[in-house]
Amino acid sequence: MPLEMNSLKVIFDFDTWQEIFGSIAKNKTRTIITVIGVLWGIFIYITLSGAAKGLDNGFEREFEDMAMNSMFVWPQRTSVPYAGFKVGRNPRFTLSHVEDLKKQIPEIQFIAPRNARGVFGGSEPASVVHKEILRSYNIYGDFPEYTKIATKKIYKGGRFINEQDQLHKRKVCVIGERTQEELFEKDEDPLGKYIRINNVFFQVIGVHKYVEGGGFESDGDIFIPFNTFRRLYNSGEQVDWFTISAYNDADVVAVEKNVKDVLKKILKVAPEDERAFGSFNIGEVFNRISGFANGMTFLSLVVGLATILAGVIGIGNILLISVKERTKELGVRRALGATPGEVRVQILLESVFLTMIAGVVGIILGAGVLAIINLFTQDLSNFPYTNPTVPIPLIIGALTTMVVLGTLIGLIPAQRAVSIKPIDALREE
Amino acid sequence: MGDSSLHVLKGIDLNIEAGELVAIMGSSGSGKSTLLNILGMLDLADEGEYRLDKVLIKGLTETTAAKYRNQFLGFVFQSFNLINYKNALENVALPLYYQGLGRKIRQEKALEYLDKVGLKEWATHLPSELSGGQKQRVAIARALASQPKVLLADEPTGALDSKTSNEVMGLIQQINNEGKTILVVTHELDIAHMCKRIVTLKDGVILEDQKVEQVIVDTYVQ
Repeated sequence: MPLEMNSLKVIFDFDTWQEIFGSIAKNKTRTIITVIGVLWGIFIYITLSGAAKGLDNGFEREFEDMAMNSMFVWPQRTSVPYAGFKVGRNPRFTLSHVEDLKKQIPEIQFIAPRNARGVFGGSEPASVVHKEILRSYNIYGDFPEYTKIATKKIYKGGRFINEQDQLHKRKVCVIGERTQEELFEKDEDPLGKYIRINNVFFQVIGVHKYVEGGGFESDGDIFIPFNTFRRLYNSGEQVDWFTISAYNDADVVAVEKNVKDVLKKILKVAPEDERAFGSFNIGEVFNRISGFANGMTFLSLVVGLATILAGVIGIGNILLISVKERTKELGVRRALGATPGEVRVQILLESVFLTMIAGVVGIILGAGVLAIINLFTQDLSNFPYTNPTVPIPLIIGALTTMVVLGTLIGLIPAQRAVSIKPIDALREE
Repeated sequence: MGDSSLHVLKGIDLNIEAGELVAIMGSSGSGKSTLLNILGMLDLADEGEYRLDKVLIKGLTETTAAKYRNQFLGFVFQSFNLINYKNALENVALPLYYQGLGRKIRQEKALEYLDKVGLKEWATHLPSELSGGQKQRVAIARALASQPKVLLADEPTGALDSKTSNEVMGLIQQINNEGKTILVVTHELDIAHMCKRIVTLKDGVILEDQKVEQVIVDTYVQ
């Protein structure tokens, strides 16, 4: 079925569209019912894939302040007797392990050993005093490297712990938003001020912005240099846990396993002991979640496309009936000089036009529903759903698909219309 | 419909001069509609020659046939066949649209022909708002709009009462007097006698072909 070469010209002709509007407007009810099928399809598609994107964004927000390929590893209790040691031993991580890990696992980009008080079972939080106010806060001993793995947003004017702080065991601290609110006057600038942590004076060098979402950190946390922490708590070489990030192209699951294997060897833990170390692999969790989100996106694509297809077939069906109904009209047009090509283009454009209208209205409705959902979930910080959007290329893709499908399905009624001979059409009943 | 290969016409030898007003008569099944369809390039004769203004009409593609119909022929049907969602003006302008004329020229011309059939004031009315006689006059305006060589009218008064029939025939006579060649298919004798020549068909052959004294219709008033 070759379309005539002048079809393109016809498409941009105002009169062509007037003819099409005329015949579409003739039967409004039929047009609306026809359009609803495709409209519903694109609506489902937009809403679903927007929701999938919203979930995706939501999960991403949960891990926003952590590198996507990072993990934590902490010691627990051994569950297998090994090398003369009994079950139930507490292996200890120490600073020397950092070098061992870096040396043996080249995929590791950064390691930040961390210590904390108040975070995990049993340990006391730090008691902090400023002027007359006494409060307890969780306290962390950190290396500057930590900010390379997890971003800490620091309010203007302040900074995070640096190498010099670390080297000179400076008594400096980064406090949280809540800490500032609770300890300082409203208009008091905490930077440069001193607070007493466990009876030792620390200078405040920064206030970190609390970012909602995952992890155990809170808006009251206090960060001090690792070496200062050692002194404060007399913790020596001990490390509570390692925060490790791998290079972007590394397999985070393999790195996690390597880290544990290396540590097992050093700490004489049975290779098969799964419980000696705990770990949380953000990369793996994130992969799993984004896999889920991808699955959702794919599902919405399939469901949406199938619904659109059903709708487009509906349009074809209705147009086929419409062509049958309009046998006489089409015959008259042929008798008055309409060429088969002109009739074909007219029916095709009716199909494409109806599909497009349905598509655009469906997209607008879908976007509206997404906006409403967004409005209602905006304040839910514990619900991983943020900014549900459908990328423009996907929308353009959907519209293109509809035009193509509309054209293909329109070919059937168009061919039927062309096969009407004026003489058949004009024969009196 | 479609593939039936019934021989309806069995040898027609007919010559119509420019400016004639010919009635083609015959009972149903005599082949008069088939003859009109062949003349209208809506149907093909399996044998013989058809020349329209010295052009041999043969082996046309659908597209060429459409163009010829548009340029050479104007159709008037028994049941008017106006497009019901287009107003009178748009209906008259339709053949001009297929001629590829611009919108403004189309409207001007269409209005001119509506005026000619006395329906200028009804230009914006839909067919459903017009009487039978008015519809047929719109249809005649539509047939004339493309300035065809020949007007083919298939039972133009078949759906009209006698008073309206006379009005329509008066209009046809007037157009013929202005020089247009017109063929009217009818089975009514009084309608046939309003033409200048009557060709009577029976069982696919010409039974009679005679010039007649034309009954002038004077009831046609605008």
